[in-house]
Amino acid sequence: MNGPAGFVALDYWDLAAAALLVALNALLSLVLRLNLERAMVIAAARMVAQLLLVGLVLRYLFSIQSLWLTGPVALVMVIVAGYEIRRRQGRVFTGPWTFALGGASIMVAGTLATLLALTTQIQPDPWYDARFALPLLGMILGNAMNGVSIGLDRLVSLAVRDRAAIEARLTLGHTFADAIRPVAREAFRGGLTHSINAMSAAGIVFLPGMMTGQILAGADPLEAVKYQILIMFLIAGATGIGVLLALSLGTLRLTDGRHRLRLDRLRPAEGD
Amino acid sequence: MVGQGLEVWDIARAGVHGAGFAVPAGHCLVITGPSGSGKSVLLRAVADLDEHAGGARLDGVDRAALPATEWRRRVCYVPAEPGWWRPVVGDHFTDRDRAAGLLARLGLPAEALDWRVERLSTGERQRIALARAVAGKPAVLLLDEPTSGLDRDATGRVEDLLRELMGGGLALVLVTHDLNLADRLGGTRMAMDHGRLTEAA
Repeated sequence: MNGPAGFVALDYWDLAAAALLVALNALLSLVLRLNLERAMVIAAARMVAQLLLVGLVLRYLFSIQSLWLTGPVALVMVIVAGYEIRRRQGRVFTGPWTFALGGASIMVAGTLATLLALTTQIQPDPWYDARFALPLLGMILGNAMNGVSIGLDRLVSLAVRDRAAIEARLTLGHTFADAIRPVAREAFRGGLTHSINAMSAAGIVFLPGMMTGQILAGADPLEAVKYQILIMFLIAGATGIGVLLALSLGTLRLTDGRHRLRLDRLRPAEGD
Repeated sequence: MVGQGLEVWDIARAGVHGAGFAVPAGHCLVITGPSGSGKSVLLRAVADLDEHAGGARLDGVDRAALPATEWRRRVCYVPAEPGWWRPVVGDHFTDRDRAAGLLARLGLPAEALDWRVERLSTGERQRIALARAVAGKPAVLLLDEPTSGLDRDATGRVEDLLRELMGGGLALVLVTHDLNLADRLGGTRMAMDHGRLTEAA
């Protein structure tokens, strides 16, 4: 035992024992001929390696406490989130546009929400303390990324589906903004619904991971809950801003100065 | 009256190669040609719905000098399968009285304004879309197979309305397979083949 009251540190034998459960899964796969044992073992190994690496990186960052290191790491997180948004699309914009506008949107939204929490509610010293900044940004990005992915996917797929309706309005001289509004609104609803559902289910259907982690680490449950509430508000805010930005930029990319519907700027996403 | 009406030049886009024509106000141009020859691509380009090369002028005013919304209000394209953005027919019109009058001329009752779009037949859709376009008082109509789903009576009504509008100065570009309709409306005839628009023999 070390750290705050009640914190139980794990040693590597504890983990090895839990790994037996994965081995059990792999054994099941062998017996039932699911042909998943290889993938299962590789995924488990990857998980261990990735998390250990992150742990080492974070430990290093926390000890150095430099904005010149924390900043680039934050940027890498944003870039990875941007790629993930692009990967989740059924159709993408030609060129780097889906990545660019998805990444830019969550960068702005995630940075705003994280800075808000760092400068007003949490106020670590220094304000960019990696121990607060990176986990906050990570949680906010991860959730805003879901909203932006759904919103962009809806925008594009509905624009394709409702092409005739949109162009009917354009042929009558309506502006593109008017013609695309029902589609954009529907996409916005899709992007926000996720964070609404997460808020209304929190604590009943699932115990949020961050709160659970704090409780396991010995924090008072009510203090952990207060943190979780703050995080949920930050996530909801960042998702709203991120989806709004992504849909605004996406809508601009779907048209041009002549109020056309530019479906020629879309192509099916490869793979998947 | 030189320069009045619609002039179009050098329209080029996938499937259409350098098409041009002129339709004076009050006149009609009929474009015929096999399916897939580029007729709809040409009409869409004139309405400026797709990126393309070439230009157009209405009553001497260059298209590029007008906002796209203004151009499309005056040069109105009606596709063969028109789209709808509201569930009820009447919501596609701003002036219900004028809409009812136009629908009556096309053989549809005033109650049609309360019909649901999803239950319309092809012919009803075509006539309502034509009424919707005419309601905006365009100077040019670009009609893509406007009578393909219509019986003889309804076709006659469309024809009468178009003739009356041409009497009031409308320039009409009509893509059709109905050569009888083309004959009755008179005007110039052109043929589209493999993306090339030529004077009909």
